[in-house]
Amino acid sequence: MKIDREALHKVAHLARLEVKPEEEAALLASMESVLTWMEQLDEVDTEGVEPLTHMTDEVNNWREDVAKNALSREDGLGNAPSHDETYIKVPKVIE
Amino acid sequence: MPYRLCFCFSEDNFPPELKDYQTLAAIQHDLKTGVSTCVELVRLYLARIEAEQHLNAFVEVYSSDSLQRAEEIDAKLTAGTAGRLAGLVLGIKDVLCYAAHGVQAGSKILDNYKSPFTATAVQRLLDEDAIIIGRQNCDEFAMGSSNESSYFGVVRNAADRARVPGGSSGGSAVAVQAGLCHASLGSDTGGSVRQPAAFCGVVGLKPSYGRVSRWGLIAYASSFDCIGPITKSVEDAALLLEIMAGADEFDSTVSTKQVPAYSKSRTWNESQKVRIGYLRESVESEAVAPAIRQRTLEVIEQLREQGHTVEPVEMPLLKYGLPTYYILTTAEASSNLARFDGVRYGYRSQQASDLESLYKKSRTEGFGEEVRRRILLGTFVLSANYYDAYYTKAQRVRKLIRSETEQLLTRYDFLISPVTPTTAFKLGEKTDDSLQMYLADIFTVGANVAGTPAIAIPNGLDENGLPIGLQVMTQAFEEEKLLSFSQYMSATIATPEKV
Repeated sequence: MKIDREALHKVAHLARLEVKPEEEAALLASMESVLTWMEQLDEVDTEGVEPLTHMTDEVNNWREDVAKNALSREDGLGNAPSHDETYIKVPKVIE
Repeated sequence: MPYRLCFCFSEDNFPPELKDYQTLAAIQHDLKTGVSTCVELVRLYLARIEAEQHLNAFVEVYSSDSLQRAEEIDAKLTAGTAGRLAGLVLGIKDVLCYAAHGVQAGSKILDNYKSPFTATAVQRLLDEDAIIIGRQNCDEFAMGSSNESSYFGVVRNAADRARVPGGSSGGSAVAVQAGLCHASLGSDTGGSVRQPAAFCGVVGLKPSYGRVSRWGLIAYASSFDCIGPITKSVEDAALLLEIMAGADEFDSTVSTKQVPAYSKSRTWNESQKVRIGYLRESVESEAVAPAIRQRTLEVIEQLREQGHTVEPVEMPLLKYGLPTYYILTTAEASSNLARFDGVRYGYRSQQASDLESLYKKSRTEGFGEEVRRRILLGTFVLSANYYDAYYTKAQRVRKLIRSETEQLLTRYDFLISPVTPTTAFKLGEKTDDSLQMYLADIFTVGANVAGTPAIAIPNGLDENGLPIGLQVMTQAFEEEKLLSFSQYMSATIATPEKV
């Protein structure tokens, strides 16, 4: 799989990551080699095979629909890099 | 198994009081007969951690915490109210939450994070009076096979400090190998418990998918991740699994199947002969180190002498296990790691000008190179144009691999193979080539793709004195049989240093 710079930056944007210009060449080369290696799977005939989407045999492990608050506001805010007494703070979103 | 440290330590710099306990039962015997106390044990382990700091096995050591708990448990022992794990000094991989303690998956992105809750598996061990002595170094977000991608630096193998301990639970395996704690709790997504256990000459168990609750385990790839113990003996692995396993209201994927008393049922009836398959490639392929092929063949021969049927088997899909694993795990990781955005917890970049750049800069500065690469690959294979070609295709192949494995396991009680194609490699040897690094998991990844349980047990040493591991696998939820047969093999299979 060949990927170009534009595709790399598109994927990086989707993943909310930045790729610095000096990293581009090495990253493209390693991603291309891994993707090409992944394409070995094309050798396997999967005609009519359903994708495996669940690893557990458990079906619908319901719990009672009861609200529980396991985390206090204080504990919830305690790990935030920036917060006041009630909210987590982020840069201004609306001008 | 003799203590492996004889290769790097002389007897005299080994504190004479700290015995080389192989089992928790031996520790509890000494506690009961007054030979030792929990406080004394914790002190000795703390001293060893201090003396072996250069191994870099621990990220954080809970000295005063663990001593205080040891005092409490000594009091319980005197009062006769102690739990089943009294005397167990345990280390936990830096991906397992322990309330009011730091956890950061070997990553800068969780700098200063303190967990507000405790993982179910950890809580169950605490409830039986295990003492947690610290959190252990690992590859960042458990992504790696050499413990070289941690924000906290590389971990060294105690058998040869120029070599890797394996990964991603490298710190956890070395800590048991070097006697820095009696047992560790790791996590295994593609071999991350078994491969470092093999590189360090200790026991590593990956249970069936869903046997142990994943609540409180920092997710890498949710349909693969399993918590597993790293121990000196199969006996202890059985006991820890018994206590951790079973239904949990916080994890809807955990199995509600009853948990057998693994620790009680481990005596293998010698008259019971089994059918064992071994991977033909694993003893014939040039890619497997000669010493490992030799040791595996010797085990096969001894099992035959014991009257078991041992036959070569083909797994035509074996070579597709790794690419399947990497497509699905990078995809799941790209989704799981989306939560680390610098907003609610962990590292936040100071360079951000708006919300989007806060996400991007925090993530770019906070994640290491391998994690960023895997997030990008995972985002790529999930992107609209490539979703079917990569992700859905891999899910289909996963189905075929699981069927092939299950088929084989209806014909054979166990499948055996080496754990790894080589013994511990040198630090830096594979860091420049992702694909070479990925191959370290060729034999372990199958159990995660298929969801089956597998164990790594020590199988002698190579010509350089480096540990070799043997992997035994069986059907999902047949841990009882797996553990009792592995225990029997550990006791009866001769390795050169035993002979």
